[in-house]
This record gives sequence, structure tokens and C-alpha cells, in this order.
Amino acid sequence: MNKTPSDRIKRELTDLQAVAGNGLLHRRALLRGGAALAGAMTGYTLLPSALGQQLTDDAWSRVPGSTVPDYGSRSRFEKDVVRTLSNPKGEPRTQHARTPHHLINGTFTPNGLHFVISHAGDPDIEPDKHRLVIHGLVKQPLVFTLDTLARYPMVSRMAFVECGGNSAPLFSPQPIQASVQALHGLVSCSEWTGVPLSTLLDEAGIDPKAKWLIAEGGDSPHLSRSVPLSKAMDDAMIALYQNGERIMPGNGYPMRLLLPGWEGNMNTKWVRRIQLTEGPGMTFYESRTYAAILPGGKAYQFYFMQEVKSFITHPSPGLAMKGPGFYEISGIAYSGYGRIAKVMVSADGGKSWAQAALQEPVHSKAFTRFRAPWRWDGGPAVLQSRAWDEAGYAQPTRTQLVAARGETAQVPPVTAFPSQHYNAIVSWSVERGGEVKHVYA
Amino acid sequence: MFTRNPAGLAALLTFVLSAAMVFAQAPNLGKPVSPAEIAAWDINVLPDGSGLPPGSGTPADGARIYTAKCSACHGPEGKGGPSARLVGGEPVKNMSSEKTIAGFWPYSTTLFDYIRRAMPWQQPRSLTNEEVYALTAYILSQNQLIGERDAMNAQTLPKVRMPNRDGFIVRFPDRTP
Repeated sequence: MNKTPSDRIKRELTDLQAVAGNGLLHRRALLRGGAALAGAMTGYTLLPSALGQQLTDDAWSRVPGSTVPDYGSRSRFEKDVVRTLSNPKGEPRTQHARTPHHLINGTFTPNGLHFVISHAGDPDIEPDKHRLVIHGLVKQPLVFTLDTLARYPMVSRMAFVECGGNSAPLFSPQPIQASVQALHGLVSCSEWTGVPLSTLLDEAGIDPKAKWLIAEGGDSPHLSRSVPLSKAMDDAMIALYQNGERIMPGNGYPMRLLLPGWEGNMNTKWVRRIQLTEGPGMTFYESRTYAAILPGGKAYQFYFMQEVKSFITHPSPGLAMKGPGFYEISGIAYSGYGRIAKVMVSADGGKSWAQAALQEPVHSKAFTRFRAPWRWDGGPAVLQSRAWDEAGYAQPTRTQLVAARGETAQVPPVTAFPSQHYNAIVSWSVERGGEVKHVYA
Repeated sequence: MFTRNPAGLAALLTFVLSAAMVFAQAPNLGKPVSPAEIAAWDINVLPDGSGLPPGSGTPADGARIYTAKCSACHGPEGKGGPSARLVGGEPVKNMSSEKTIAGFWPYSTTLFDYIRRAMPWQQPRSLTNEEVYALTAYILSQNQLIGERDAMNAQTLPKVRMPNRDGFIVRFPDRTP
């Protein structure tokens, strides 16, 4: 007897068992059944007359389309997919633009949506006049132009860049009701292409006394950060391209220092000078801004690593559920220590967990998209994700992190966060009507 | 095979070594640059005072410059305005504490370095080294970290010990979660 596709779906449905509480299914449901399986579980796409109307040719399919532009832009229907701005009039203070993680998908961030923090706006750098100087504890100080760098052997790699204060609104003693964009929008991921910094340092000739470098930007605050030479020689890059095109002005045009996995502020944008030194410079941003005060008053200095982290982007606050049935829980995970090894997802606030499917290939120090199939029964649920990296680190619970680092004294405005690393588990509560809220669980 | 044919091994090694050398070769397109050529950019000041330029400034000189160029943002007495407080403040206790110069900053040299590279906000790199020393002296004096008549220069500034100098735990390369 020939089995029909619907027989196969019925059999798979029978086989499918929840692997964790509140309707979390085995991740193989995504691999085998796909959309048909999802439809079967919600029960309405297989009905013969569900559409209730006859399809006709729409207006756009009965006339030729528009002229193809020389530089493409997205559909006019996507105009609301934008970054949110903390300082839209460019007043004399820092500007933040946050990535809308709940409105995009995949593993890298489109250049126009990559997060930006500029402490005094984006400089309008003429690429032909930009210079990169390497000096200090080197045998021969050197200067490079963009043209000369273009002739060097290049490398491409995926890498996330995350602000040291991303997700810090979760240090609030009460969960702030805001979108994943407002809470976690200061991280993005791109394919970066450029020249390994080690090539240029070797060319200048490193003095054995050199243990650090101080990188400086060509922006008006001439932002400077100290970087251990060991990182510079490991995987640091003078990045020239972002997702295939020249770096966006807000991300450092025409060149930036890329330190995969390390605090965003150190990835010096518009980099114009690198001085090799014996010790760190104790610059403004490392000795003050990104030093993290601990309970009792001592502060971490040189908190460089962006540790293992994940959060669910779909569903998330602002993306309401549309009735019971099948959903794909999806989010991003990353670690400054290397590759993501595993992501577990819970629908019952951490009582039980199901292993999520990881989108291949899993790149080191880059976004990894995770997915878990879920049959929502329409009742209350608390969604969480927890990631492990290849170095063996696991995301802490919020209780663990807060015990070590403390909380803010009051509930701050969502944009007025302390510049402290937060990588604990994030919880979304799905209410009975389908609304998604930020909770601590 | 290798042990039976030493000549072959040598040839192979020669090939591998020359291949590695070719691979490691860089275009060497960086142009030598002299200290004089980069002097205007060479503005890093380290905690031991290296990088500090010649010159000197007193709190009294700094007060005049402060009123003209800084007070609009940082307040007439440096106690804060649209921009951060520069004078006063408590030792820090937790992540909500204000990170003031007197209460948090570990090194006095950072003050000179940051003013010179980034201030005033609308016109960075417009101050002379003398003016930066004077402003540094004024702010340190207003915070009672130096005397009212103490001049700041390349010798005196690195010796100013900040109250929170020992308030830090060096995290790198610690891997504790």
C-alpha cells in the first residue's frame, strides 16, 4: 500500500513526543516535517477550503515592474524595520542605534541595521586622506594608506561586536517592559574582511618589551583603548569590509580594529594610530567607563571578554502570539571564547529543557541561530534559552549573576544602563492572550 | 620512505621551508615615518607620565580657561550640567554609583590625556598643552587632590595619587565567570 504524504505526516505526529514541559518538541521536527508538519499540528492549513476565496492576479503582476536601481534598497513595506536612536538630534553626548533583532532573522546583521555607538557622531572621513600609523615599541614606525592595505593578503571571518553595556537593563531590580531591540540591541554580527593586524605589526618589527598597544580613532574624541599584544597577534584584524562592502561610517569607515569576541568599545572605529607600549594607557574608557563596579565598591578593570550569551528573538516582547498551535522558538547565541556548543530551551521557566537545533555552520565568536519547535497550548508559558560555549562556559542564571554583580538601585530608563557586562539567562512570559512580556524567572 | 631517502627528505624540507617563506612574505608597503612627522598625533599619556609634553599650568590659570571653555557643559563650579560632574563625589559603592574623578578614576594622567584628545567637546585638539596642564591642575585642585598653587607638569602630574588607585581588580586574563 502506497503511503500518501498525509499518512507520513500523521505517522510523524504520532511519533513526535514533547521532550520538555509545556509543549517543547524534539528538534528533529524542524528537520523532517518542515512547514507541512507545522501545518498539520496547527490543524488549519490542510482543510480544503480554508482560504475562503479564489486567487486572482494582483495589480503588480499585470504590469511591468520598476526600473532596477544602481544600489538596491529594500521593499517600501519594510520601512519600519529600523534601528532605534537614543539621541536622534545629535545633541552633544553619546548616540546609540540599536539593532531590531525581533524583526530580522538569520545569523548576520544587515549593514544598515548594525548597532552603532558614537561618542561624538560619525566622522566624515575621506578615504584617500586617512592614515594608519604604527609606532611606539617597534623597530621601524610605519604609516599605511587604504590603497596600500588593499594590496595585503586579507582574511574574512564572521564576528559579532557587542557593546560592554548590552543587556545591562536586566540589572534593573524589576524587569523592564521593552523589546528585545531595546534590551539587547547593542550587539550585531557581520562578515568582516581585512588585513590581520599581526602582518602589519611584524612588518614594523615588534620590540620584545612591547606587551600592549593603544589604538586610537580618527573621530573627534580620538577614542583610545589599550589592547594586550597577545590578542593583537592572535586574531585581531584591520577590517576594511563589512558584509562585502566598505564598512559603514558608523562602524568605522574606512577601517576599524576588529577584536573578535572582545568588548565593542575596544574595536576602535576609524582607527588611525596604534602605539606599542610596555603597559596599558589607562585611557578614559578603560579606567572609567567600562570598569564594572562590584557590590562593595571594588571594580573590574580590563573586563575584555564578551562571555557566552543567548536570547530568544522569536517570540519576544512586541511579537504577540496568534493563537495556539505550532511555533518555532528562535534566537541567537554567541561567545567571545569561541563556538557555541549547545543551546537548551525551556517553555516552563527552566523546570525542563529541550536541546535546540543549531544553524550550521557554527562560526567561532559569531552569532549562531538556534531553533526549537514548540506546540503552544494557549496557556501561560515562560520561555528561556541557555547557551554553552566550546570553552565549557554556560550562561549563568540571572540570580547567579546578580549575586556576584548586584543590581541597579532603581529601575533606570531602558537607555540609561550602567556599562556592565550582562550575559545571564533572559525570560519571556507568554500570557494567555498571546502577549509576550519580559519577566525574571 | 623518508628514512630510506635522505636526499628526498632534504629536498622536501627545502620545498616546505621555501613555501612557508613565500607564504609569510608580506608586501611591505608601510612607509617609514619619523617621530617629527607623527608628533601632532602622538598624544598618548601613560600612567608613569611618559608621553607628557613640556609645559606647565596652575589652578588659577585653569580657572579662567574653565569658565570660558568648560563651564557651559560641566557647570560653573564643575559640579555637573548637561555633561558630567568634574568636582566632588563620593567613593563608589555599587554599579549605580557615579564614577567621579575624585571618587573613581585611578590615574591623574588620564585627566590630561582625555582633555587633550577629546575636549572641549565642540572643538577637540584646540587647547595648547599649557592650557591642558592648567585645566588638569584646576580640576585636581577643586577636588582637593593638589594645593591651590600647585603647578602641573610632566614631573608633578604623574605623582598625584588618586584616592581610588587601589580600587580595581584586574580581570584580564582571569576566566572566572
